Amino acid sequence: MSNKLKWSLILIVIVLALLYVFLEMNRNAFSYMFPRRLIRLFAIILVAFVVATSTASFQALTNHHILTPSMLGYDSIYLLMQTVLIFVLGSTHPLSSSSSLLFFVTLIIMVGLSTILFVPLLRYLRHDLFTFLLIGIVLATLFRSVTSFLQMIIDPNEFSIIQDRSFASFNNMNVSLIYIAYAIVIVTTIVFQHRIKELDCIALGKSQAINLGIDYNKATTEMIVMIGILISVSTALVGPIMFLGLLVVNIARSILATYKHSALILISFLIGAGIILIGQTLLERYFNNMIPLGVVINAFGGLYLLYLLVKEFKRI
Amino acid sequence: MIEVKNISKSYQTTNILNNLSLIIPQQRLTTIIGPNGAGKSTLIGMISRIIPPTSGDVLINGVSIFKQKSNELAKKLSILKQDNHILLKLTVEELVSFGRYPHSFGKLTPIDHVKIKEAITYMDLESLQHQLIHTLSGGERQRAYIAMILAQDTDYIILDEPLNSVDIKHAKELMTRIRRLVDELGKTVVVVLHDINFASSYSDYIIALKRGDVVFSGTPDDLMHQHILTQIYDIPFTIAKNNNKKIGIYY
Repeated sequence: MSNKLKWSLILIVIVLALLYVFLEMNRNAFSYMFPRRLIRLFAIILVAFVVATSTASFQALTNHHILTPSMLGYDSIYLLMQTVLIFVLGSTHPLSSSSSLLFFVTLIIMVGLSTILFVPLLRYLRHDLFTFLLIGIVLATLFRSVTSFLQMIIDPNEFSIIQDRSFASFNNMNVSLIYIAYAIVIVTTIVFQHRIKELDCIALGKSQAINLGIDYNKATTEMIVMIGILISVSTALVGPIMFLGLLVVNIARSILATYKHSALILISFLIGAGIILIGQTLLERYFNNMIPLGVVINAFGGLYLLYLLVKEFKRI
Repeated sequence: MIEVKNISKSYQTTNILNNLSLIIPQQRLTTIIGPNGAGKSTLIGMISRIIPPTSGDVLINGVSIFKQKSNELAKKLSILKQDNHILLKLTVEELVSFGRYPHSFGKLTPIDHVKIKEAITYMDLESLQHQLIHTLSGGERQRAYIAMILAQDTDYIILDEPLNSVDIKHAKELMTRIRRLVDELGKTVVVVLHDINFASSYSDYIIALKRGDVVFSGTPDDLMHQHILTQIYDIPFTIAKNNNKKIGIYY
């Protein structure tokens, strides 16, 4: 199939990664800059993998191609949590300032909350996509409103800390967490590997999946837990970036000639890594980190969503 | 043999099926008929474990389907529901290959390729096998889905309204093919139909449902009487003969 596509994308990503690490490298500061850039490169690869896997899985589960987990409020759960933590405990409290502790608290609450919310939603409302979406959007709006309410009455200094965490950024992530994040993502992927293989069947619809011998309820529940863990790790590491998923998975789908989700995830991952690498190289080297990467991705993601919607309308 | 034992289904306060028991005979073409809302789709949904029953049991070869591994059951029984809109870019051949999933979990073996080819040939799809599913006509798509079920190679095949959105020429062809599954391949086939004349002309055994109860089960010959049909559908019928098969006229 798309072996040629696959290898040329891998090549492009490798070139972009090399550019990212070595472009504008100061010879005297090599020992300082090199390890830092390398760690960021690892983070970029991890995030691209998470974005591709979780979005492709989520779209197979909901049988819909314009959905991303972020539209159902994963990101707003994250923002609400950060805000509540800082509001209640203050930014100097060990829980809100110590990154490792914060990382695990964020992880556990996000996985727990998303499982409690989305498993029943998906089970009972899968056929009723509009209600499913509506409830998701209402929940996301609720979380966002509580968040902005708290941000209104919070101390302005604390507010700027929250503001920092609201956009994805590879610059102020905690370096010591990258190993833990990698470990969690690798273990999760291995544990749920058999479910990822079932995605092709699940995308055929519920009755067809059951006919082919898939334990449907168990499979969808496990997938939601998996998506929850992956997104939480990535969000806790660099902030909300899931909107990128919409972009990369749909681009991958439009250039791929196959239905296979393993290929879809791989190509989406490569495209995602490429996009983040280009963005990060430009922002870091030429814009002096004036803009967080998350803002740029949201802007382009939003434009692409508009394009997808217009395309859908034209088809009708 | 499929045995349905005292099965009931209710949603909140409405009963869809009331304590229903029946037997589906081995290696026969059994048709389920009945007016809208009789519970036909619910019944076959439960026989194929897609819908869990409120109470009761379904046995296949004496073993409860709810106590078997879903994957094991997928090698014995296949079901084709009528809601088949998918978003995937799939060719006919790829769709048919899905039928082998219960046997080889997506890694096709030489045996799988043989079965896939057989199924495609059997449903006369060779010329269409590289076309995308969503470019096919209703009848062609139905044939592709049935080929997928055939590739699954199960003894029991359940089809929910396979003649829906298929014109009369292709409906006739399709029923002839389904008939051959029983006669030539020895399958046990259960079909839900709306057209009583197709049911009478092609099946060995007919089960009629009305408001969640079995109101008739027996041969087409015994079904096709004015008073029985009128009791099922609440409209007057005239019975005529066509090629030794009785047909009901209700226009």
